[in-house]
Amino acid sequence: MAFTAFASQTTVEQAPRKRSFVALVLLLPGIAYLLLFFLTPLISLVITSFQEPDLYGDIGDYVTAFRWENYVDAVGEYWPLILRAFGYALVATVLALVISYPIAYFIGVKARRFPLLQSLLLTLVIAPFFISFLLRTLAWKQIMSDEGPVVVFLKSIAVLPSDGHLTGTAFSVIFGLTYNFIPFMTLPLYATLERLDTRYLEAGADLYASPFTVFRTVTVPLSMPGIVSGTLLTFIPAAGDYINASRDFLGSSSTAMVGNAIEANFLVLQNYPAAAALSIVLMAVILVIVGVYVRRTGTEDLV
Amino acid sequence: MRRRTKGLGLWIYTFIALAFLLIPIVYTFVFSFNDSGKLNIAWQGFTLEKWATVCTVQGLCEAFGNSILVGLTSTVLATALGTLIAIALVRYRFKARSAISLLLFLPMATPEVVLGAGLAAQFLTVGVEKGLGTIILAHTMFCISFVVVTVKARVASLDPALEEAGRDLYGSPGQVFWRITFPLLVPGIAAAALLSFALSFDDFIITNFNSGAVDTFPKFIYIAAARGIPAQVNVIASAVFLLAIVLVVVAQVSRAARAKRSSAS
Repeated sequence: MAFTAFASQTTVEQAPRKRSFVALVLLLPGIAYLLLFFLTPLISLVITSFQEPDLYGDIGDYVTAFRWENYVDAVGEYWPLILRAFGYALVATVLALVISYPIAYFIGVKARRFPLLQSLLLTLVIAPFFISFLLRTLAWKQIMSDEGPVVVFLKSIAVLPSDGHLTGTAFSVIFGLTYNFIPFMTLPLYATLERLDTRYLEAGADLYASPFTVFRTVTVPLSMPGIVSGTLLTFIPAAGDYINASRDFLGSSSTAMVGNAIEANFLVLQNYPAAAALSIVLMAVILVIVGVYVRRTGTEDLV
Repeated sequence: MRRRTKGLGLWIYTFIALAFLLIPIVYTFVFSFNDSGKLNIAWQGFTLEKWATVCTVQGLCEAFGNSILVGLTSTVLATALGTLIAIALVRYRFKARSAISLLLFLPMATPEVVLGAGLAAQFLTVGVEKGLGTIILAHTMFCISFVVVTVKARVASLDPALEEAGRDLYGSPGQVFWRITFPLLVPGIAAAALLSFALSFDDFIITNFNSGAVDTFPKFIYIAAARGIPAQVNVIASAVFLLAIVLVVVAQVSRAARAKRSSAS
């Protein structure tokens, strides 16, 4: 949703006046705040990622240096976690898109004639936001626990071997990521589908296109802005998430993602340079992926 | 006939999918009535006791209070800063516009773990002690962009003729802003403030990096998850959920009723 709003720069057609002094006064506090607490921290992160241990200090004391080997070490040690993070995030994003599209289509197009139903259904989509996402994830952990109803049922129909688990597996982590980000996918999809002109669909049908052809050649291209925002709003946080993959939640040590390594290195091991290097790698890969993706899908006016 | 059954399939799918989204919420609510010991895992029988003894769990109500305090403070700060930026972006032409748009877009495109680690690295470098203050600074930062996006849409939909009329009637710039522009922006600002509060209240990842020894409600849950969540956590979460959902539904029903009345007249 946020991404679509930034893409729609065309709304700025109110003949802006040229009093740049007033603009400066309006912009200064907020922009200064972001420079101080968003941009400077990113620079701190880059500086930290090159630091080396202080020979005369305690554990956790580092001095400024240009130790680029930090990156080699961090990536060398954690590359499986980096790959896993992007792999899980990719699968979760595709699943969330497939699950969310029909929901968004129903609320945005089919329920259009019933505004009250439409807004109540939307409330149900955002309802999970009103309860802590940690608790929601823990609820799934209980439901999928070894003594829980799901595992018992799956074992009774022999889908799961008798010593099998659901929690702590790649399945449960991807399940949790998909579940947690479905609202982030559904809302931007809804926002574009809600404005979909259904006469285009009728025109397609009149021209003897099958429902599937109409969907593929008309509906999907027209809802592309929503698909792009939804997939970005899901993929980016999912790739950096470390709650679902944490062993106290849906994961285990064999499902750890790069976010878990950043948390452990920063908050437990006090290996700040390694955590910083991993953060920079994560951010760089995401920016490259987002850049290529946005270019390929032809929505370059994102910013 | 085929058309009708196809539409029905979508109905059924949507309701099943939404029911699926609600399963953990129902679970959390039901287990707030569980007559459990320290661990709230297996169902032990119904009790209202946990609702009456919320604050007997050590640190829980303090953490919840911290979350409310952080949420309110960072909402006020982020809403003020973000609203000013939104007005400037829509109403004025200035250099460095694309650089500023990028600066507003990037915090939303950066994973929380990177935002959290970056701020923590900065506080470490400068030697700031982490606590409530650093949590508020962090939450304000990530809320600003969302406020800008929300309020900007509202500013862009304002009719500039209304403000022109105010100026024609010799209103000072201050009068025009407070008597005309601001009241018209209130729905957008309110939506942005609600969004900020929700984002702040539920944030865990950035908080975890910048809170030091201070607990918020999500951080309390994270720490408790290692040894088992007391049912009182479910009580607080359920109460907050019910309050929020009632507010939203009442707002929607009254808006729908108003829309019906104005279209009827």
